[in-house]
Amino acid sequence: MSSLKFIPFAGTALRNLFRKPVTTSYPFAPAQYPERMRGHIEIDIESCISCGMCARSCPPGALTVDRAAGTWTIQRFDCVQCGNCVNVCPKKCLKMVPGYTTPDCTKHSDTYTRTTPLPKPAPRPAAKPAAPAAQAAPAASQAPAAKTE
Amino acid sequence: MAKRSIVPFGPQHPVLPEPVHLDLVLEDEVVVEAVPSIGFVHRGLEKLVETKDFKEYVYIAERVCGICSFGHGLGYCQTLEQIMNLEVPPRARYLRTIWMEMSRIHSHLLWLGLLADAMGFESLFMESWKLREKILDMFDATTGGRVIFSVNCIGGVLKDMDETMLKNIVDTCNEMEKELKPIADAFLREYTTESRLRGLGVLPADQAVLAGAVGPMLRASGVAYDARKLGYAAYGDLDLEPITSSDGDSYARCEVRIKEISQSFDLIRQAAAKIPAGPIAVPVKGFPKGEYFTRIEQPRGEAIYYVKANGTKFIERFRLRTPTTSNIPPMLNMLKDCQLADVPLLILTIDPCISCTER
Ligand code: SF4
Ligand code: SF4
Repeated sequence: MSSLKFIPFAGTALRNLFRKPVTTSYPFAPAQYPERMRGHIEIDIESCISCGMCARSCPPGALTVDRAAGTWTIQRFDCVQCGNCVNVCPKKCLKMVPGYTTPDCTKHSDTYTRTTPLPKPAPRPAAKPAAPAAQAAPAASQAPAAKTE
Repeated sequence: MAKRSIVPFGPQHPVLPEPVHLDLVLEDEVVVEAVPSIGFVHRGLEKLVETKDFKEYVYIAERVCGICSFGHGLGYCQTLEQIMNLEVPPRARYLRTIWMEMSRIHSHLLWLGLLADAMGFESLFMESWKLREKILDMFDATTGGRVIFSVNCIGGVLKDMDETMLKNIVDTCNEMEKELKPIADAFLREYTTESRLRGLGVLPADQAVLAGAVGPMLRASGVAYDARKLGYAAYGDLDLEPITSSDGDSYARCEVRIKEISQSFDLIRQAAAKIPAGPIAVPVKGFPKGEYFTRIEQPRGEAIYYVKANGTKFIERFRLRTPTTSNIPPMLNMLKDCQLADVPLLILTIDPCISCTER
């Protein structure tokens, strides 16, 4: 009787000898990502109004928004792909897209700069005028450096 | 009296990937006492609640554990929903139930794999984890993450499932149920596994209750207690009977968990058949004020969530008691009078999660 008890798994083990592997040999076979996968954040910077909602509600503080320079910066290695910024953005210009970011040896950030100036918010006299595109470029290169860890 | 010696066990041990330290007092090869010490992976996640917006904290709560992540998010959200008197829409409650049961299947399959690995049964370990991969793929397709799901929010859930997704889940569950059969047989009917597990670490029902065991550990000792019977989420509408076994040994714990996987398949099918249409979340207005306790049944046992809010956007106190915290005292009872060689396996049978215990 006890020898019969060996049979349940012996069958599986024998069948496995003749089965194809269940794993794929990445990177030779590309990885398949489902549509909803939370891979990384992308921004449509031209629709961004620099309201800063995303930066304020990012749990690890991975985002920096510079209204004057018209830049939006993400610390790729701090972002935990929670998707909170996508949910709070009033202009719906943030998007969570499939596919992981590439590995790196140093923590890097990505800065996006708006090329068209923001439309002036007319009813608020105290508001600063939006920065012209010419000023935005040098400020953008400084933005990641200004971020303290 | 034989000479006593003390053998340190852990915090780094080949069988357990988790850092728990035990001082094992031995007489020859027999353990007479085990003195635990934890605190190697404390991350201060509870304290973080004081500096994060209460809505954002959901994302932190679910990062307490990489296996019960859905449940921790759920427990935190449920507590705040009670404080803020939010009525969660029925569809959201059903979706939460489906995801919660998927978590249970994934956690139990992970445990089965680890058990096989601790016994040195490598191919069975591979088979269990191969099956678990299907659940992770379903999580990926429905929530966008394999381990951290980020779908819970205060007042409901963030993502809906359409008809095709629900059908896919039910189909995959049916398929997995068939594939689980040979694995379950290998654990419960195979001579090698049975001889390793039978009669090992017996925990009688009265001792289990006294020491405060929870979850499959308690049910394996014959106590029919399951926090899902409280009827949170959609559990109140579903047919559910706690699964028990009377032996209280390691074999019984394995049996209970395997049967719970089948039960979870059944609950998912029931929930998918009954899920009503409608909204998936209600808006949250204002800030919470008050305090509340919630209990939920995590895959590893009952977890307790306590929140004290003071009417600002920061919460004053958040307390989480994880199942492993309650299962450590019964584990110490079990370790008494066992062989030194059985210690790793016995620790594993409580399904320890030290990282969530220390938060
Ligand atoms: S929330 Fe949206 S619009 Fe506002 S700064 Fe962020 S990305 Fe721009
Ligand atoms: S996904 Fe989450 S962590 Fe990443 S930038 Fe958005 S809010 Fe921050």
